[in-house]
Amino acid sequence: MTPTSLFSRRAWSGIVACTVALAALPLLNLFFADGHALHVPSYMVSLIGKFMCYALAALALDMVWGYAGILSLGHGVFFALGAYAHGMYLMRAIGREGVYQSDLPDFMVFLDWKTYPWFWSATDSFWYCVALVVLVPGVLAFVFGFFAFRSRIKGVYFSIITQAMTYAFMLLFFRNNTGFGGNNGFTDFKRILGYSISAPGTRATLYLVTLAALGGALVLCRWIVKSKLGRVLQAVRDSESRLMFIGYNPLWFKLFVWTLSAVLCGIAGALYVPQVGIINPSEMSPANSIEMVIWAAVGGRGTLIGPIIGAFSVNGLKSWFTGAFPNLWLFALGLIFILVTRYLPQGIAGLAARWRKEQA
Amino acid sequence: MSANDARVALEGLDTTHGAILYLEEITVSFDGFRALNKLSLDISVGELRCIIGPNGAGKTTMMDVITGKTRPTSGTAFFGQTMDLSRMSEHQIAHAGIGRKFQRPTIFEQHTVFENLELAMKTDKRVRPTLFARLSSEQRGKIDEILRLIRLNGSERRMAGLLSHGQKQWLEIGMLLMQEPQLILLDEPVAGMSDAETARTAELLNELRGKHSIMVVEHDMAFVTEIAQQGVVTVLHEGSVLAQGTMAQVQSDERVIEVYLGR
Repeated sequence: MTPTSLFSRRAWSGIVACTVALAALPLLNLFFADGHALHVPSYMVSLIGKFMCYALAALALDMVWGYAGILSLGHGVFFALGAYAHGMYLMRAIGREGVYQSDLPDFMVFLDWKTYPWFWSATDSFWYCVALVVLVPGVLAFVFGFFAFRSRIKGVYFSIITQAMTYAFMLLFFRNNTGFGGNNGFTDFKRILGYSISAPGTRATLYLVTLAALGGALVLCRWIVKSKLGRVLQAVRDSESRLMFIGYNPLWFKLFVWTLSAVLCGIAGALYVPQVGIINPSEMSPANSIEMVIWAAVGGRGTLIGPIIGAFSVNGLKSWFTGAFPNLWLFALGLIFILVTRYLPQGIAGLAARWRKEQA
Repeated sequence: MSANDARVALEGLDTTHGAILYLEEITVSFDGFRALNKLSLDISVGELRCIIGPNGAGKTTMMDVITGKTRPTSGTAFFGQTMDLSRMSEHQIAHAGIGRKFQRPTIFEQHTVFENLELAMKTDKRVRPTLFARLSSEQRGKIDEILRLIRLNGSERRMAGLLSHGQKQWLEIGMLLMQEPQLILLDEPVAGMSDAETARTAELLNELRGKHSIMVVEHDMAFVTEIAQQGVVTVLHEGSVLAQGTMAQVQSDERVIEVYLGR
């Protein structure tokens, strides 16, 4: 497969231009001192880094919703589990620098625990936690998806149980005795792989790794949807029963894309936690998962690039709104969703395509 | 064995007794209503069998049983000598070589004509081979051949949803042929077609005669007469076989005239 068969020349140039522009931000932050015209403030770097994590989650959601027609209202749970898996390593890396100066994280000292519970074993290894980032969301999605898809649970019923799943996990993680810090979650990280987590160099590296993950995931997803498997996924969306009668078993195709999506979402969460510096159970609240769906819808589902644009624009607007009119953001979000559904069913990407057609 | 015969009886399917499909005493009850009532029927290899019967005679339920959509309450359904259809799932049955065309055209409207045929093509349909699938020139040739047969060559890049009703029906028949099935089930293939389209469909089925075993369920008597020729026609009524014979024999049967043709 050649690069031009994956994206059009035009799309490639857009992607490369955006990548270069995004990659420049942390470098401008590092190499130009505060006050210089080209200096990018640090808060901007972590803000855009966070947006890229959201964009990766929106991309993952688009694979299941936009292509296979499976609407998940519980993707927040995969995002949070990836974040918690990485967070376990970051908590261990604090060492004895916590408030209680114990080998155990502060919340465990607070609970009067003397040793780590079994599921924390080996979490002091970075690479073990990286494996957990992929495996925990992946295995949960596989098992959940296997039973749901095998029972032929579809449409709104499937959406509702994904919503119930993330809600159940949120309640579970709110409990102190679950062993993940209760409602405070994980925070106060000190270092990652020996480097100070607040150092500009570390932050720039995390940012660039996130950018690479987003770019890599975009190319991977594009390759999948352009393959014959991508056409089978769209056939699942449009007429699943017909697909069965021509000899495909939709179960495995749905399970493949569902699990892949959960893993990508988990990676997004894992990249989110060191950059934002906190993970707590509110990331699993149903509203967060619904917000992800809105990013994808605003950007244009079934386009891959659309949801990335959607995640950036909705969150950019949110940052501005919550500063200017903090009480009105949820109303604005609802209004955006209604307007997009009513007037822009193909989202921003659809608007761009229509505009291009009119130009031609 | 000629080349045509080879396609009729493929490997893996035991048709030593000359029949490709056996239905024996099939009963299907829905809440006490018997959609099929001890229905027995068999289809020979290479036969083109027409099934007629009034509404509610059980024609569609019978197709549902054969394709695994509905499980029989009692009775047995065998594909060849050895495959028990009542134990197989829809996609396994499709894979074993039974292709079905639904009453309403069900094609993938958001895919092009070419992609519809590509998806249907007989090949390894598991996840991994599908992800890495590349069309060989032989497979492209096969798609071109079917495109010409269903008269859609030149339209292969069109969205299937934009085709006319008749063209959609042909595309669906083309998709069936791409699966290289040994038994083709056609549920009212000319419903809603214009006269010209109906005539063209009859022509198409006559071209397929002898190359595949085909079962056609149809209401349109002129069409059935056209394609049945001297073959066997089965009349269903209230879930079981009322009469069987050539079109001429069936049309002169008293009971058939009473329940169906006479009305």
